[in-house]
Amino acid sequence: MRPSFQSWGRYPKAEHQVLQLEWLTDRIPQLGEGQSLLPYGLGRSYGDSCLNDGQTLLATWRLNRFIEFEAATGRLRAEAGVSLADILAIAAPRGWFLPVTPGTKHVTLGGAVANDVHGKSHHVSGSFGNHVDRFELLRSDGRRLLCSPEENPDYFAATVGGLGLTGLITWVELRLKRVPGPWIDVEELQFRGLDEFLALSRESEQTHEYIVAWVDCASKGKNLARGIFSRGNHSLSKAPWVRPKPGPRMPVDLPGFALNPLSVGLFNSLYFHKQFSPRKARTVSYEPFFYPLDAIEDWNRAYGKQGFLQWQCVVPFENARETMKEILTRISASGLASFLSVMKTMGAMPPVGMLSFPAPGVTLALDFPARHARLFPMLGELDEIVAEAGGRLYPAKDARMSGRHFRLFYPRHEEFKKYIDPAFSSSFWRRVMSA
Amino acid sequence: MPKHKLERIVIAGATSGIAREVGRLLASRGARLFLVARDPAKLDAVAADLRARGAEGVHTAVADLASTTSHEQWWPEALAALGEPDGVLVAHGILGDAERARRDASHTTEILTTNFLSVAAMLAPISTWFEQRRSGVIAVIGSVAGDRGRQSNYVYGASKGGLDIFLQGLRNRLFHAGVDVVTIKPGFVDTPMTAHLPKTPLFASAESVASGIVGAMEAGRDVVYLPFIWRWILLVLKMIPEAVFKRLKT
Repeated sequence: MRPSFQSWGRYPKAEHQVLQLEWLTDRIPQLGEGQSLLPYGLGRSYGDSCLNDGQTLLATWRLNRFIEFEAATGRLRAEAGVSLADILAIAAPRGWFLPVTPGTKHVTLGGAVANDVHGKSHHVSGSFGNHVDRFELLRSDGRRLLCSPEENPDYFAATVGGLGLTGLITWVELRLKRVPGPWIDVEELQFRGLDEFLALSRESEQTHEYIVAWVDCASKGKNLARGIFSRGNHSLSKAPWVRPKPGPRMPVDLPGFALNPLSVGLFNSLYFHKQFSPRKARTVSYEPFFYPLDAIEDWNRAYGKQGFLQWQCVVPFENARETMKEILTRISASGLASFLSVMKTMGAMPPVGMLSFPAPGVTLALDFPARHARLFPMLGELDEIVAEAGGRLYPAKDARMSGRHFRLFYPRHEEFKKYIDPAFSSSFWRRVMSA
Repeated sequence: MPKHKLERIVIAGATSGIAREVGRLLASRGARLFLVARDPAKLDAVAADLRARGAEGVHTAVADLASTTSHEQWWPEALAALGEPDGVLVAHGILGDAERARRDASHTTEILTTNFLSVAAMLAPISTWFEQRRSGVIAVIGSVAGDRGRQSNYVYGASKGGLDIFLQGLRNRLFHAGVDVVTIKPGFVDTPMTAHLPKTPLFASAESVASGIVGAMEAGRDVVYLPFIWRWILLVLKMIPEAVFKRLKT
């Protein structure tokens, strides 16, 4: 699967020279004065953190060989372009699973480290970097640094969540998780309002490994913050598992108006009422549970040519209730309904990266077509609300936060700068370091 | 039911873009593989990958496949490692620099030796072994460029066209021993060999070509264009009379 060399949100657009890496022994190409590189995996970052407009991308998707898999212990070492889908294909049939997985399996190991990705298990497992034992970092001067919490711990901390700026991650070693099988016992519960959401979260954090909630962002008044809370555990079911067939793909860009406030509001309402009973339990395979959107290849084309913006924040628990209420009220009042809105609580396990996003509190992820003139001002207001509440935004999903906000959200950025490879840069980094 | 089971396979040129993907498909089914390639570091990386992906056993031999005698070393080793191989895939080759090959006799020789002479040479003992075993499949990666000489890459084309004739004869001979000879003719494939070319919609992924190769080997097909569309493209190209063709800028 050849990547697109755009970002997943397809906003902003960028032009690149693309250089291809083939082998671990390859060197980093030397470019001329004033030129810069950025490693690019499968391009699933939404905004501009995977772009290097007018410059060079170093494509890692062919650096996709396994180096060693110990089926007895679950220790895995693989080249950085190996995707989480590749790992699941060899590990799941042998009773191993990813220790942390984001909502798509089409991300590379290097990308998972560089964005310190998280998932539905954050309250028990933390983020991806918490499960990485070591990796190799290739710098543009040819040095190969073995990085772990013990060796080059400063480069380790800078590179986990370091957005690909500290050099090229060539291979990664991580610990997989033992699971009884490919099945997940899922329970889905309707909730109405933030108090019910928070109560369900507190309860489920104790009993379930995976929690997440879908929120109806289009409703206001008494329906504000209604949604469906989903929680799951690995199932003991011994039912035989059949590898799913590849699903359909979005063959064309939908016209920009396809996802309008009316259709999105209708979808959200239907989704809320898709279950008539307030509680529903079933056992499903891990694919639809963790990767519902992977079932439609190129689903990002549903947003049309202009692409879409994601926006994800995390807000500390003490301010979470009031802040989320404020944010959801502003969105529903704006009429700019988000198609898919996801909310969950994050746990207390500290991330290992200097620029890691996860923090204890409530996280909310939204997406909007990049079409309405009033979208940008509204998101700017939401940023300010998050800043006042002591929260932060997720760089992997950002295409527009101000430099002032980034520097406020990530106080270790000054320390981080020392570890940036002088030959590396990105559209995101140039943006948040200016303005 | 496939005609040939591909449980023990020898791959010459195992680090090439297409061969790597064939190796992965076979490894995921638990095959035993014997890999031959020139660069020990790349060979080790490919072997480790195939082990992790489920190959029951992976054996390797470092050899310069551009030589016409390297098989004297590795073919007996392959037999010792696998016992009785079910098939062989010959996947090594170079595209060369067409511009340089026009003027430079040594580069012309290098392309012809690597792509044609070395293959014809190694297939002498390999075909004889399979003929005696009276079953199995030999697959060789040729090219659509071997179907008609064009000014833009006729040295490479000649090496693959020569291979085409050689394999026709070999197929005819081994048919009577129950051994199939498969000529694979890929069009443009997105691999390191073509990394410098701009990517048009005609480019196929190495994964899809690999899956076509495995299917053709299992079925014991004769000549396979991958993807299929190239069969029709070349049919048209071959019908153009030479008096017209020579005037074209191809």
